[in-house]
Amino acid sequence: MKIWSPGSGRRIAAFTGWSMGETDQLISQICGEHRHREGALLPVLHGIQDALGFLPPETAGRVAEELNLSRAEVHGVISFYHLFRQHPPGQRTLYICRSEACQAMGNGPLIDHVREKLGIDFHQTTGDRRFSLEPIYCLGNCACAPAVMLDDELHGRVTSDRLDELLD
Amino acid sequence: MSLLTVWMSSLTDQSRVYVPADSAARSVGADGVARSVEELGLPLKRPGSRGLYWLEPLLEVDSEQGRIGFGPLRPEEVHGVVDETGRPNLEHPRCLGPIERFEPLSCQQRLTFARTGIIEPTCIDQYLATAGFTGLRRALELGPQDIVDEIKLSGLRGRGGAAFPTGIKWQTVLDAPGDRKFVVCNADEGDSGTFADRMLMEGDPYCLIEGMIIAGLATCAEQGYIYLRAEYPQAYRTMQAAVSTARAHGFLGGDICGSGRRFDLELRKAAGAYICGEETAMLESLEGKRGVVRFRPPLPALKGLFGEPTVVNNVISLATVPVIMERGGEFYREFGSGDSRGTLTLQLAGNVQRGGLFEVPFGLTLREAIEGLGGGTASSRPLRAVQAGGPLGAFIPESGLDTPLDYESLKSIGAMLGHGGLVVFDDTADMGALARFAMEFCAIESCGKCTPCRIGAVRGTEVIDRIRAGEDPDANRQLLRDLCDTMVEGSLCALGGMAPYPVLSVLDHFPEDL
Repeated sequence: MKIWSPGSGRRIAAFTGWSMGETDQLISQICGEHRHREGALLPVLHGIQDALGFLPPETAGRVAEELNLSRAEVHGVISFYHLFRQHPPGQRTLYICRSEACQAMGNGPLIDHVREKLGIDFHQTTGDRRFSLEPIYCLGNCACAPAVMLDDELHGRVTSDRLDELLD
Repeated sequence: MSLLTVWMSSLTDQSRVYVPADSAARSVGADGVARSVEELGLPLKRPGSRGLYWLEPLLEVDSEQGRIGFGPLRPEEVHGVVDETGRPNLEHPRCLGPIERFEPLSCQQRLTFARTGIIEPTCIDQYLATAGFTGLRRALELGPQDIVDEIKLSGLRGRGGAAFPTGIKWQTVLDAPGDRKFVVCNADEGDSGTFADRMLMEGDPYCLIEGMIIAGLATCAEQGYIYLRAEYPQAYRTMQAAVSTARAHGFLGGDICGSGRRFDLELRKAAGAYICGEETAMLESLEGKRGVVRFRPPLPALKGLFGEPTVVNNVISLATVPVIMERGGEFYREFGSGDSRGTLTLQLAGNVQRGGLFEVPFGLTLREAIEGLGGGTASSRPLRAVQAGGPLGAFIPESGLDTPLDYESLKSIGAMLGHGGLVVFDDTADMGALARFAMEFCAIESCGKCTPCRIGAVRGTEVIDRIRAGEDPDANRQLLRDLCDTMVEGSLCALGGMAPYPVLSVLDHFPEDL
């Protein structure tokens, strides 16, 4: 049995593969940790995603049962928020800011460059599962635009060359 | 600056080197510069950022004249600016001189950001040594009504964008009947061109905590929540550490500073929905639901989180409360112009030479901000437009640059100040594409509750595509104006209600592009 601890790393868990029973147990454990909080659903979903890298299909049913909610309510929340994902991501996720300040500093060519280099579009994962590409709307690095975030590492004044270094 | 002098005088041993640990500074290489300092064997401190982002990574060294600044630096330049004994090389081409006297900083009026960039963010001793928790101690001696009166006197208005008088909001919550009340900090700073909340949370987290405790004391609320963007992982970690330390030191919990008063805080991570910056959608999200906006009335002040009276304030509004309580509402209201009292945390971003945060009294014009503080465009090309107040703000053409930066003046030209962010575009900007982006963004981020926003934004994107493709442009422009009118008049909240403003501003001021 795998023991889950907070922050045990989404990258590892997403690829070792959890059996159905193990996932259920993990979800119960995380629900247990947050059950005392009012409006616990977002912290619970973040906890599961931090551990597994995404929210597997059984999440809605299990969490609904644990928190005494309807399955529709949980599914509704999972599908509402952009940063909850229902499919396993690549080993690393590159978030590219699409917002105005980054547009003013030429993020367009940068986005084209990444699409071409990785051979994927937004919301897709490379065939070798090394990278997922996601748009993001503002990283708060607008004075050092254009900005990207690789997993949770922020980068500013990004050029195509700099991006190649990050991805290689 | 007095705070710095006080703290500096407490230093006795070897001179120190400071390299920001702010995430934006790190995003352009501050960690590499910090490693070079450690390799020299010098004592290193990692404060937040001064907000002079064009100079990041900015390194500072203690000297008899105060801290000497150098920037922007590459790691390999570090050994040239400071020797092994910690003496700064004043002849170095990257030397900015004593940083406190460096004009882009000395021309500011730092009240809310007085400590940011100076102290180490999570070190509570440094916070206490720089007048930290002085405002709270004064608040603990006063009754709730006296605190509310002080905030009213200061003239502080909500810095998140709506500019509602903070004191009046607090009065409403104080007067509202209810067994439980809440203080909610809106840290879901999603507007492009704004980073003040992030900078404060990463650079001076106790200041926000102190402001929230005072808000709790003023309104008889005993529980607070900080709703923080998931896009700001470092701000989350810093705030989390600061909340635990504050609790361990008795500033949060069941007996604040031995007063018998209670207030505690919980940090909640958002999940990437722009609409959750709208206060009622944020409350829904905190309750564990989809971030769908609520009808108003009832106001959140009367029926907010879990149906109870709730203060909802932005990070900067709350982080300004400690200095008001410490130095008095009268002191704070002396700054500013017209009905915009105090200081504006101006953020210059996009295509601008000196991008960063400048805390200045209200009343400076857009031109003074962009050309004076910002040094014009980064590309040195002519300026085409400025977007003030985030993705829902109008694009202002060159001819509007003499407008003063205060809430009312910007409103009078159909724009808004919002959270104080200005995004600068040079003459290569495709204004038609930016108008399309405004509609597309609204379509992506709409919560879906009201039809004008949910359907209107999608149709708006399509109509702009048709105009740009040359399909019956005059009729489609009229259609687009009608659609914008429906969205402005018929949407439930500011997302659908204001997303048309950037579009209309392009139609009005840049007709050659759309």
